Amino acid sequence: MQALAELKEQIRQALPDLDVVIGWQQGYDALHTSPLFIRSEEDIDKLVVNEFCVVNPATYLREMRGGKKVGLVLKGCDSRSVIQLLQEKLLKEEDLTIFGFGCNGVLNHTKLQARFGDIGFITSLENDGTNVTVEAGDKKETVPFTELCADKCLTCSYPNTLQCSHFAGEESAKQADSATDKALEDFEKLTMEERFTFWQDQMRRCIRCYACRNACPMCVCKDHCLANSREPKWLSEDVDVQNNFMFQLIHVMHLTGRCVECGECERACPMDIPIMLLRRKMAGIVRDVFAYNAGTNAEETPPLMCFKVEEPTIEERH
Amino acid sequence: MSGSTGLLTEGQDLRIVGFLCNWCSYGGADTAGVARFEQPTDLRVIRVPCSGRIDPLFIARALLSGADGVLVSGCHPRDCHYAEGNFYARRRFEMLKQFLSVTGIDPERFHYTWVSASEGQRWQDVVTSFTERIRKLGPATKMAGGTGYDEECLKEIAAAVSLGDQCPCHKEKA
Repeated sequence: MQALAELKEQIRQALPDLDVVIGWQQGYDALHTSPLFIRSEEDIDKLVVNEFCVVNPATYLREMRGGKKVGLVLKGCDSRSVIQLLQEKLLKEEDLTIFGFGCNGVLNHTKLQARFGDIGFITSLENDGTNVTVEAGDKKETVPFTELCADKCLTCSYPNTLQCSHFAGEESAKQADSATDKALEDFEKLTMEERFTFWQDQMRRCIRCYACRNACPMCVCKDHCLANSREPKWLSEDVDVQNNFMFQLIHVMHLTGRCVECGECERACPMDIPIMLLRRKMAGIVRDVFAYNAGTNAEETPPLMCFKVEEPTIEERH
Repeated sequence: MSGSTGLLTEGQDLRIVGFLCNWCSYGGADTAGVARFEQPTDLRVIRVPCSGRIDPLFIARALLSGADGVLVSGCHPRDCHYAEGNFYARRRFEMLKQFLSVTGIDPERFHYTWVSASEGQRWQDVVTSFTERIRKLGPATKMAGGTGYDEECLKEIAAAVSLGDQCPCHKEKA
């Protein structure tokens, strides 16, 4: 990995001026990475960059505000959340150093698990970019990468880190496999009643652990989240379908025009509820109506923070 | 009031929530009332200072809580009492309107529009046509928890547990 060696070198040079650099390190097994906080020289060698680097390190920025000089190793999709936060003036550009690289997609553990049973059974996994060869127990299988990668990678149009201070290795030439979101299209073939029933079934499984909120890089309210507020009281403590559904709608509405579709919420969900369907739908509407892609240009104004007197793209409602 | 014009058809009561801004639409509804325009009675009005005050979550909450329809009305664009409240509101409502379909809530159950304080006639039209639309759609599907498939699963698990060692999953080890 040439990019990894370059990244490490760049971090080594930049580290004296930084309080911390956030990246990924090898996790508890070969198929997982965990977040790495580089504070000293010897930590640098722990850095890994591979198809298991699913976590968005930008999520930790929320805890790092307040003058700390932070370095971040970011995939293309992760960098969008930083740009969006910069745009909302929640971060200062001079406090950040971003180390970029070309990402070729990450794997989805839920898909691996669905295909090969428990992830613990997988003894080896080889990824050549187009095919993944997995050995689990006594069977060996080669599966196209697109069947095991995260959903966001299928429609990804930003494989290279945006607005980075340092870029390592070659740019990724990865193309989106399809311009449209197939899962969402399939879902929208259902009737209204079927969709409503589907969500009720899903929300019934929700345990409201708030992992989706806590993993979200854009959820910056921390202790002031509407979901925990008693005055006004939006949600009861009951974990029932209605409250769970309302919580998801709060999350979606608060991310309108801000969601960068990094997919962290769905990945963090312990119940594997496909909540990205809701977020992708909303991001698609924002794209259609305001021609706005969240987190791609720090100079733009978020679409719900501004208006036009005549809205050419909004139908007049009589 | 008698149902002579056919506006007030009998049948089940619908629960329609209306959010009206204080300066235009609430005045418009008042004008309609003072002029004794006949209106359907299914609408429950909540008066807000400005359409910009209406969080789209108010609407989502009403719909999830079993409202059959939500009608939002504010000052016409350019006529906002606070100059620009309804411009922001328009963007938010449009987002919600287009989003609702993916949740399985019929977007037709939500309507937003603009009525000024002098437009009593227009208010009558708006509220009548919206109520008729909701009446055609019928009462909203109530939140029931879906198909309850997980309860079936739990029953199956309980049945398997009660089998103890006789359960097929024990066979391999035996």
